Amino acid sequence: MEFLVASAIGILTAGGLYLVMRLRTFPVILGVSLLTYAVNVFLFASGRLVTGAPPILTDATVYTDPLPQALVLTAIVISFGMTAVIVMIALGAYLGTNDDHVDDAPAKEARRAEDAT
Amino acid sequence: MTHWLIAPVVIPALLAPFIILAARYHIGIQRVVNVAGVLGILAVALGLMVQTADGTVLLYQLGDWAAPFGIVLVGDRLSTMMVVLMALLALCVLLYAIGSGWDERGRHFHALFQFQLMGIAGAFLTGDLFNLFVFFEVLLIASYGLLIHGGGNKRMRAGVQYVLFNLLGSTLFLFALGAIYAETGTLNMADLAQRAELIPADGTVGIRVAAVLLILVFAIKAAVVPLHFWLISSYAEAPGPVAALFAIMTKVGAYAIIRVYTMVFPPELEATAGLHTDWLLPVALLGLAVGAVGVLAAKKLDRLVAFAIVGSMGTVMTAVGLFTPVSIATALYYMIHSTLAAAALFLIVDLVRHSRDSLKLRLEAPVAGGALIAGMFMLAGIAMAGLPPVSGFLGKLMVLQAGFTHPLAVWIWAVVLIGSLITVVGFARAGSVVFWKAQADAAPVAASGQSAPAPLAFVAVGALLALIVVHTVFAGRIYAYTTATAQQLFAPDAYLETVLGTPGKLSDGGKDAYGDAAKAEGEN
Repeated sequence: MEFLVASAIGILTAGGLYLVMRLRTFPVILGVSLLTYAVNVFLFASGRLVTGAPPILTDATVYTDPLPQALVLTAIVISFGMTAVIVMIALGAYLGTNDDHVDDAPAKEARRAEDAT
Repeated sequence: MTHWLIAPVVIPALLAPFIILAARYHIGIQRVVNVAGVLGILAVALGLMVQTADGTVLLYQLGDWAAPFGIVLVGDRLSTMMVVLMALLALCVLLYAIGSGWDERGRHFHALFQFQLMGIAGAFLTGDLFNLFVFFEVLLIASYGLLIHGGGNKRMRAGVQYVLFNLLGSTLFLFALGAIYAETGTLNMADLAQRAELIPADGTVGIRVAAVLLILVFAIKAAVVPLHFWLISSYAEAPGPVAALFAIMTKVGAYAIIRVYTMVFPPELEATAGLHTDWLLPVALLGLAVGAVGVLAAKKLDRLVAFAIVGSMGTVMTAVGLFTPVSIATALYYMIHSTLAAAALFLIVDLVRHSRDSLKLRLEAPVAGGALIAGMFMLAGIAMAGLPPVSGFLGKLMVLQAGFTHPLAVWIWAVVLIGSLITVVGFARAGSVVFWKAQADAAPVAASGQSAPAPLAFVAVGALLALIVVHTVFAGRIYAYTTATAQQLFAPDAYLETVLGTPGKLSDGGKDAYGDAAKAEGEN
């Protein structure tokens, strides 16, 4: 199971980073989502992997670490909310400039045009 | 246990929803509430600073749960000083925003402003790393809203870059936290400091990776080169007062580096040996150089100031990178100075924007009220570049002195001195084009229709400049304070003792209290 979890985190991270480097809003947002999934799984794994054990007090003899679960919960809420924010801002920027590049390249062209006049 | 410690977080947390819900359509009430809130935070912060001035460490356990399981807020010299700085800056910026009418150009400025203060104050006061992450997010969420306040396409584009970069930074922060938790099983800073020492010399790989990830995150916040490139366009495109408020946000990153890397991962710790001087110092010098060159090369006034911030963070990080008590004291002194100077410059740039067609560095009609604005620009520029007589000069002198015995001393001296020179040239060029030559050119063109900002805006900028002067005049006393602060940071025993030794629920001493409460409940 360690191998599965580790490779899942690795693949998600690699895919996320690749998409982020595309520098256009839609792939970048997808990439950021993949990265946040990766980090959530990673946080889970940071409390050691235990299967079938409860994180809260019960009659069980084996427990899993409850703290990573609390951390993951907070992290999910924050990253999900932030992704929603970036979608809205990116949409606003796209509708305003009719261009979905994340970098400054089109601004450079505009500046050149401005200098020429 | 003093309850005042949580007030800088709770006051904005209560006022911001009030502003949104009750005073939504009344800009007057919003202004009054916001100013009152900032004054309240300032008063509380000053009170806390007086309490901690003798070296006491204040502790607030949320819900009375003992560390390391409970959430704690800790106030020592460093954190209370930073909260005071934040409140002073916020007051000036807020007065400027009201005076120049920026707060009316979009909705929810005042609520977002309060949320921003809540996040910053929380980040300074928190005692564990995960809550540092949470408060970082709070301040970032508010800053996203403030950055695109007033709208406009360019601002939106800058906003996309800023939000994305910070989102990636947050993800990296979580990776770092996960790695630290996996290695040590705790995220409370005091607890972490004790456990990091116990890691055997042959098992340091994990904690080393975690420490490097963490310093990368803080370096992003502190705009350390090469992780600074988000700063330039976002700060340049942000509304003037918002950019001025953001001057404290880069210092949050520097604060976090100072806090975590003196207490949790000190230089003598085997796991992180060499991280500070071998890596941080050269990178900081590079930042100083990049900032200085950027100031010289900038074609617009707002970008020039943004590069000046990168350069001043380079100076701060140079002092931090030396990592001796003397250099940390210097870094803290310079941090106060650079916050005030950067904020003043951004506000002055906004004043120029009011009466000039563009911020491009080319000949245009003279700026309305030119002499006053030009004078303020000159004073702030001198402060930023580090010329005598104001505090930037003293700060740079201390940096040079702190680096005197270091092996890289030649480099430090060369970069700091040449960097200052280039920055001076850049500011002089900008000032002469925008203010001086424009007067000589004197082709009277009709002003671009915008009314000049109210006197309150000038008062706010004047207050920031006055603070810089005060910072210079009382340099001795302030340096004595930061020296004591640095000594406290390098001897964290009182901090550890207070955080881990104070009883609460779940601690050994607290069990009785908990039992008594249960018993009392049973009797009722």
